[in-house]
Amino acid sequence: MDQATDTPLKKTPLNARHRALGARMVPFGGWDMPVEYSGITAEHLAVRERAGLFDVSHMGQIEIAGSNALDAVQRISCNDASKLQIGQAQYSGLLTPAGTFVDDLLVYRLGPQHFMLVVNASHIETDFAVISEGITPAGDAVAVNVSARYALIAVQGPKALEIVQPLTGIDLASMKYYWFAHGEIAHVRGTVSRTGYTGEDGFEIFVPPQQADAVWLALMASGEQFGMIPCGLGARDTLRLEAAMSLHGNDIDDTRTPVEAGLDWIVGWKKDSFVGSDVLKQQKADGTAQKLIGFEMIDRGIGRQGYTLYSGDEAVGVVTSGTQTPYLKKAIGLGYVSAALAVPGTEIDIDIRGRRLKAKVVPTPFYKRTK
Amino acid sequence: MAYPAGFKYTKDHEWIELSGDEGKVGITDFAQAQLGDVVYLELPEVGTVLKAGQTFGNIESVKAVSELYAPVSGEVVEVNAALKEKPEAVNSDPHASWMVVIKLSDLGETGTLLDVTQYSDLVK
Repeated sequence: MDQATDTPLKKTPLNARHRALGARMVPFGGWDMPVEYSGITAEHLAVRERAGLFDVSHMGQIEIAGSNALDAVQRISCNDASKLQIGQAQYSGLLTPAGTFVDDLLVYRLGPQHFMLVVNASHIETDFAVISEGITPAGDAVAVNVSARYALIAVQGPKALEIVQPLTGIDLASMKYYWFAHGEIAHVRGTVSRTGYTGEDGFEIFVPPQQADAVWLALMASGEQFGMIPCGLGARDTLRLEAAMSLHGNDIDDTRTPVEAGLDWIVGWKKDSFVGSDVLKQQKADGTAQKLIGFEMIDRGIGRQGYTLYSGDEAVGVVTSGTQTPYLKKAIGLGYVSAALAVPGTEIDIDIRGRRLKAKVVPTPFYKRTK
Repeated sequence: MAYPAGFKYTKDHEWIELSGDEGKVGITDFAQAQLGDVVYLELPEVGTVLKAGQTFGNIESVKAVSELYAPVSGEVVEVNAALKEKPEAVNSDPHASWMVVIKLSDLGETGTLLDVTQYSDLVK
């Protein structure tokens, strides 16, 4: 993530609530955000075993509407939005002409010609500029940055359904993964989406900022008997890494394409050309020099972002994310290596502050929930 | 958590429990709380000679890596191998979780360390 400059940090509508709960606050993508409340390990385990509550209101929302909105989205989003039904969402990328990531995002289809994109906090302005320009040739379609209209609260974990359902008339049990619906939640008009960034079942709830605190408190009260606890960005990062979900700024950025990142599945190969599509098609045909892999440490140590990967004496790549994961209790990470080495079982070395420690390439995700 | 009265402290949040010309070294409750969940310790070999303020190892939490600084000059005469196996003890019992024992080369250096009152004020 881009680090904040001297501009004051932005605060979500739940900032006071986090502070009242004793959260440790850190700057993240220009926002003053909770990194942990009770501790990353405890929060991570709560989400795997019970449930956790996250404030992700820093995420941005950009709506695209107009009679040619689908065409507009198809031009700037690499996934195929025509496959979306109303009420369905998909993971996608906003790419440069070189096929690399400006950002990754979720595309929600609100109507036949009405979409909402959920983007990373630190990229809202950049994304908005790229999108506004990219959709111009589509004709009747407008992009509006509506980030200020939403607070976003995530309930994640195996108990999420039992916690959220009593607060809403929306039938959540029949809601499929990556679908959403509008309705009342804790007496507030909002949108509930069965999505998340933890590798668990769960919901992301869009509500007006004015009501965010009331919804947060209602969720906390509903979650208490299930052992739900508030969770910060620290656990969000270790959870998403166990699930091998990419983080923009770490694992994907404007030097990496979806093909290199193993995200071929978010590319609409059959649709008309879109920004970056020529490069992606070329890469799919020819292969790429590097591929994103998951690794697990063999020696004791943690390979962290920026550490160099070696095969013998040859530098073959770089770690993009790495941590000791609280649930699997292993040191794992993601990184790019030469394509020939991107095979599970391959041993590689990681330069950890001057020492070469052994790791091996493993299949991802590291963690997959049992349904 | 109270800071032990008999320890000396550094501004970098290490403690040293002196006994004759040797001292056990660890990190303070304040330091462990800042680090969060500790998952890994990288400690020096016995025999390593350190200058005061020099890095003697690394401590990793889930979040980040931090360096450990020698509060005094001297030679590492013992390393807490047991602690390396259960580094989470640094969080639960920081003032008993010693990492190394340093045999001081200059006892006069202890005068530059903080006492419990000074350290408690620092982290207040």
